[in-house]
Amino acid sequence: MAGEGDIKLLGMVVSPFVVRVRMALHRKGVSYEYVEQDLFNKSELLLRSNPVNKKVPVLIHGGKPICESLVIVQYADEVWSGKGASIFPADPHERAVARFWAAYVDDKLFPAYIGIMKAATEEARAEKAKEALVVLANLEEAFAQCSKGKPFFAGDSVGYLDLAVGCNLFWLEAIRKMFGVTFFDVGKTPLLAAWAERFAGTEMAREVVPDADTAVVFAKKLQARFGSNTSAK
Amino acid sequence: MAGEDELKLLGTWASPWVSRVKLALHLKGLSYEYVEQDLDNKSDLLLTSNPVHKKVPVLIHNGKPICESVVILEYIDEAYGTTGPSLLPTDPYERAIARFWVDYIDQKLVIPWKVAFTADGEEEKTEGIKQMLAVVQTLEGALKECSKGKPFFGGDSVGYVDIALGGLLAFLQGTEELCGTKPFDIANTPLLLAWVERFTALDAAKVALPDVTKLVEFAKTKRAQMALSIKK
Repeated sequence: MAGEGDIKLLGMVVSPFVVRVRMALHRKGVSYEYVEQDLFNKSELLLRSNPVNKKVPVLIHGGKPICESLVIVQYADEVWSGKGASIFPADPHERAVARFWAAYVDDKLFPAYIGIMKAATEEARAEKAKEALVVLANLEEAFAQCSKGKPFFAGDSVGYLDLAVGCNLFWLEAIRKMFGVTFFDVGKTPLLAAWAERFAGTEMAREVVPDADTAVVFAKKLQARFGSNTSAK
Repeated sequence: MAGEDELKLLGTWASPWVSRVKLALHLKGLSYEYVEQDLDNKSDLLLTSNPVHKKVPVLIHNGKPICESVVILEYIDEAYGTTGPSLLPTDPYERAIARFWVDYIDQKLVIPWKVAFTADGEEEKTEGIKQMLAVVQTLEGALKECSKGKPFFGGDSVGYVDIALGGLLAFLQGTEELCGTKPFDIANTPLLLAWVERFTALDAAKVALPDVTKLVEFAKTKRAQMALSIKK
């Protein structure tokens, strides 16, 4: 069983995937060295540790790199299985349900909200906003099924799916501020709306989630750098 | 308990994602009921079992559905942890490496392959082929790294990455006819070429993979139908 030892996380402050890993490490009670990366000027360490995708997050444990946020989260839960809180449930079917929805979030939610930010026309933005709302409607169903009346997707405390969805919340807030899109409508997705507030209020979230304004500043920098026809507020 | 265990797989004969699940079930020595689906006329069972994506494969275990091929593979390994061989390694780091490569296959190989297969223009097709071959080259490196000289990504025996890539084998073997390029060749991907031979010789492969000729014909027909419907 690997001990804590030498743990390094290569990240970027506003990456939701990095935030996801930081949340997982917090749940496991693991301390690590965080190394902020400049993605426009990639470090030797990043390129060496993730030669295939050249992306963050990368967890380097005892010199060995692990890439892809969901892979890292599962790794953390397995390698530090005796430490902190369990991220995954024990039951295989519940694990499968959690994995299914986490994959769904990455396949459908992330591209939709990034699409809102990158949209070149109002029509394109409205289209992406519509897509995002469909995803959230499905996640509302998922929440009802998974939580079974408890406060989090995983039940009494946060688990895999809470982290998978929750790491995106600060970006959804940033996009709401920039473009006026309302993602959590108490009328349409009451369970998710309540969960989002609850999640943001956890000690874990307060420690590792950046302010939505940090994401807004970053988005505007990107727009300035790459040019955009649409103006944010 | 074992007598009450009921496995049902909803699939289509041509789907590589379904083949993955069939491979896993066979390797684990599990019996199941296979129910061929008509995706142009989706069954109630499919729609209620996978309401979000309405796709195959769906594994229904004692009435509970599991969707998405990769999720199903991990489920089979966990729910049947003491039955047959393990599909994933036991070491957490090796598990992470296996999961990384399976994710890579799904994120990077399929899209350029589809471009190479369906592209109208020469330029687009060439680009698709180029990207696909670059991904295959990376997988050659992955095989070298994971196998450490042994026959499979999983080492001595078939593992998670082998199954994830193996499910696509009939399509890979049909790639020359369908996309105009061989995905593997002795100069660039000698390890993968040897792996293909080894994998297709497995009993599981013979059961789980569709006939390449039939698949190629089917894919060509589908492509022609799609082209026609776009032009209308």
